[in-house]
Amino acid sequence: MPWIAACSADDIDNEDLIRWDHGGRSYAIYRSPDDDYFCTDGFCTHEAIHLADGLVMDYVVECPKHNGQFDYRNGEAVRLPACKNLATYQTRIENGQVEILIG
Amino acid sequence: MSHTNRDYALLGRDAKLAEEIGLVSAQWYHTDLPRKVMKELMQRSDRPAIRDTIILFGVMIASASMGIWLWPSWWSAPFWLVYGVLYGSAMDSRWHECGHGTAFKTRWMNDALYQIACFCMMRNPVTWRWSHTRHHTDTIIVGHDPEIIAMRPAVVARLILNFFGIFELWGNAKTTLQLIAGYMPETTKSFVPEPERKRAFLVARIWGLSYLATLALALWMQSILPLMLVGLPILFGSWHMVMTGYMQHLGLAENVLDHRLNSRTVYMNRISRFIYWNMNFHVEHHMFPMVPWHALPRMHELVKHDMPPAHPSILSAYREIIPTLIRQFRNPDWFVKRQLPPTAQPYRAEYHGDLEPGAPTPGIAGYDNALRPVAAE
Ligand code: FES
Repeated sequence: MPWIAACSADDIDNEDLIRWDHGGRSYAIYRSPDDDYFCTDGFCTHEAIHLADGLVMDYVVECPKHNGQFDYRNGEAVRLPACKNLATYQTRIENGQVEILIG
Repeated sequence: MSHTNRDYALLGRDAKLAEEIGLVSAQWYHTDLPRKVMKELMQRSDRPAIRDTIILFGVMIASASMGIWLWPSWWSAPFWLVYGVLYGSAMDSRWHECGHGTAFKTRWMNDALYQIACFCMMRNPVTWRWSHTRHHTDTIIVGHDPEIIAMRPAVVARLILNFFGIFELWGNAKTTLQLIAGYMPETTKSFVPEPERKRAFLVARIWGLSYLATLALALWMQSILPLMLVGLPILFGSWHMVMTGYMQHLGLAENVLDHRLNSRTVYMNRISRFIYWNMNFHVEHHMFPMVPWHALPRMHELVKHDMPPAHPSILSAYREIIPTLIRQFRNPDWFVKRQLPPTAQPYRAEYHGDLEPGAPTPGIAGYDNALRPVAAE
């Protein structure tokens, strides 16, 4: 399973996320309030809406369409109408780059 | 005489047709705003909602106390009217905002006010949450949006009776009874997922007991006073919800994917905005449901260059709505296509912005004039 460089660590603001497309799939990469990085699938599990326009509050991302929420550390759906968890991916920082482990 | 070429039934003919032409769960037009600005607008806060909630419950308690004190004299009437409008209309907007989870920053406060508002409005917190979710996915898409309040052409008697909360109370009481009995209609099942349904039954049963207790108290006291506090205010207090609710979408386009075409922003007085919790900025709310009620006036300032001009008053909105509803008796395809300012992005065909007033939705063959009338004459 390869580690793929996705973006520079500085590309994401503190307590925010960006969209990252790779290999025909779309992901969301998050920077937490204490500067840890996380990655999940990009599209909400409720409907096919990208989370990149959503809001990061602490360790939760809120979907921009119906305000469903996920804990982006483990992908858990924590507020309706999101019912299904998000897939998550490992991240690491190498030479100032955020790398994602893609299966 | 009522002509319609539309099938508003969820799961009906037009539901399938809308799906075929890509109107369902589709991408919608959004005004571009820098991410930093959006982030700032989406920030949650407890303070404005705590302030408004203290005022709301304070005035409700004071007006109800005066109403009880002066009961049964007619001098109590003005106090019941105040209590009623807060119960039957302000609770609607609280249900709405808390349902989105944007009223407060603190989760439990949102949830608590949501439950209280649902109880007052006699709206099941489970089914209504999901119906509103669908309203945001498929706003005014015929056959998919369960919250279209006036079909084309409108049933005038119904529109008038709504001001007295008749259908709100009757419809919600009927649904509560069905849920108490463990029955959920197929149309409701189409937007409430299976694992959620048990909770809908449970809440309806708990509420059923509360309403029953109120009724028993009224019988025991041989007075309708307990019902003046719980239940009946829907009849004498929903008028403001209906007046503002009609302005949201009536007379505007159906079957489009651009909220500028199917929603209306209206400036109004401070009291109405308190009752309605800023939902008069309705285009903005639909385009960006993550922006909390208290940030909508700021958002409006930032996006108005890309929107049809806001109506300057409630009266102005009704001057547009009423003639349109009348015209829809002759041609149900008629709607108001509001002009955009030169600074706005034009309406675009991919969002069905090429739909013209008086013309049937392209691709929905059932809308052909030849098929009219379908409904009873
Ligand atoms: S699309 Fe994300 S909560 Fe509905």
